[in-house]
Amino acid sequence: MNLLEINHMKKGFDGLEVLEDISLTVKEGEVVSIIGPSGSGKSTLLRCATMLERMDDGELIYLEEKAAWSDGAGHSVYAPKNDLKRIQRHFGLVFQNFNLFPHYSVWKNITDAPLHVDKISKAEVEERTNKLLQQLGLEDKKDAYPCQLSGGQQQRVSIARALALQPKILFFDEPTSALDPELTGEVLKVIKELAQEKMTMIIVTHEMQFARELSDRIIFMEQGRIQKEGSPEDIFGSDNARIREFIGKF
Amino acid sequence: MDFGKLLGQLGSGMVVSIEIFMLTLLFSLPLGLVISFGRMSKNTLLRTITKGYISIMRGTPLMLQLMVVYFGPYYLFGIKIAASYRFTAVIVGFALNYAAYFAEIYRSGIQSMPVGQYEAAKVLGYSKAQTFFKIILPQVVKRILPPVTNEVITLVKDTSLAFVIAVSEMFTTAKAIAAAQTTMVPFIAAAVFYYIFNFAVAAFMEYLEKKFEYYR
Ligand SMILES: Nc1ncnc2c1ncn2[C@@H]1O[C@H](COP(=O)(O)OP(=O)(O)OP(=O)(O)O)[C@@H](O)[C@H]1O
Ligand SMILES: [Mg+2]
Repeated sequence: MNLLEINHMKKGFDGLEVLEDISLTVKEGEVVSIIGPSGSGKSTLLRCATMLERMDDGELIYLEEKAAWSDGAGHSVYAPKNDLKRIQRHFGLVFQNFNLFPHYSVWKNITDAPLHVDKISKAEVEERTNKLLQQLGLEDKKDAYPCQLSGGQQQRVSIARALALQPKILFFDEPTSALDPELTGEVLKVIKELAQEKMTMIIVTHEMQFARELSDRIIFMEQGRIQKEGSPEDIFGSDNARIREFIGKF
Repeated sequence: MDFGKLLGQLGSGMVVSIEIFMLTLLFSLPLGLVISFGRMSKNTLLRTITKGYISIMRGTPLMLQLMVVYFGPYYLFGIKIAASYRFTAVIVGFALNYAAYFAEIYRSGIQSMPVGQYEAAKVLGYSKAQTFFKIILPQVVKRILPPVTNEVITLVKDTSLAFVIAVSEMFTTAKAIAAAQTTMVPFIAAAVFYYIFNFAVAAFMEYLEKKFEYYR
């Protein structure tokens, strides 16, 4: 089954076309990396897919349920609010700069949404959270506040926070680019482990080696378009001059 | 007049001052939040009205506003003013005035919040109300404590303005005694009272700020 389907997505900011015509399908268990130069629209694509931004035109479908569709006259129509709330539960998003809630402890950052948004029982949330803390190596940090953690630890907490709602798809927007180089490894390792567990993920990243090892598919974006899409071998072995130049920089 | 009696009279004036202080905060803090919503509303009319309100409340003397609230009902509508209305008028005047100042403090605090907090909350599925009351407001409170402390300390001193409509708070009382006895002592005693009052308020606000120091 397709967990995510984007058809002919377009998005502009006051006259500037940022996404020209993006179509993309992601199947259950797939790991898709998005690479491309700065300003090519990678974050905008993720923000439109996670409905933080309204796209101008196109179709957005999660698990065969339409979140938005085109009216045929160049505009997107979004589903009613209640439908969107339900559809929204299918995905999670991990931000570049974590966006943890600074006034909540690690434990509360992770448990609050499952308890008070999804209204899951306390016992179940505790079980989930303890498991996640262990999985992400954060057991001894559950009472800490975000300001007491390193960047790598904060990013792992934010991954735990997203996973606690048990999304079907997890989006990452440059999860390691706000981190010191020596801290990226611990976050990449966690994402790798998720990939091994067949978590469906869409990852915007500048970590070429990581994308190559981990991805089922890599998307190369440039100027608001998907210039090339294929297996890591296809992309890294491509003779397209732009792609070679881009990859060569890393 | 012996000193004990003087303190007794000033003390009951002080109770009135404290009542004005407490009731003003009780009403103006929530009212200020509501006004700040209006001030930040997408609705242009609402925004313009609240902006005008804040501008007038901050741009004219509180003393004058108290007189308008007190005498307004008579001059505008011919309603006879009962003596018991004095205290109510003071609270209404103070609350309306201070709410305008608090509204601007709330607004600056709310607008200083990083958009990432809203976005994280939205993706996690929090409703708008949950986002505001659980995620945004607690952090705003921490951010605005210093300017709120300034206003609260000003309020302690401003309570003396209630004298313009002859509410027997501490300053009015001190003035009356001083005039009758031709002595400065009541004024000095009142000054000490205000100082202690303010000292306690400042200590409490400092305690609150400390309580919020558990995170950055
Ligand atoms: N809210 C916005 N308002 C106006 N322009 C925007 C907005 N968000 C993005 N843009 C513009 O859209 C273009 C694409 O931005 P986007 O952030 O999607 O790029 P990116 O591929 O994620 O880049 P990077 O690798 O630097 O993160 C840029 O030209 C950017 O200036
Ligand atoms: Mg980006």
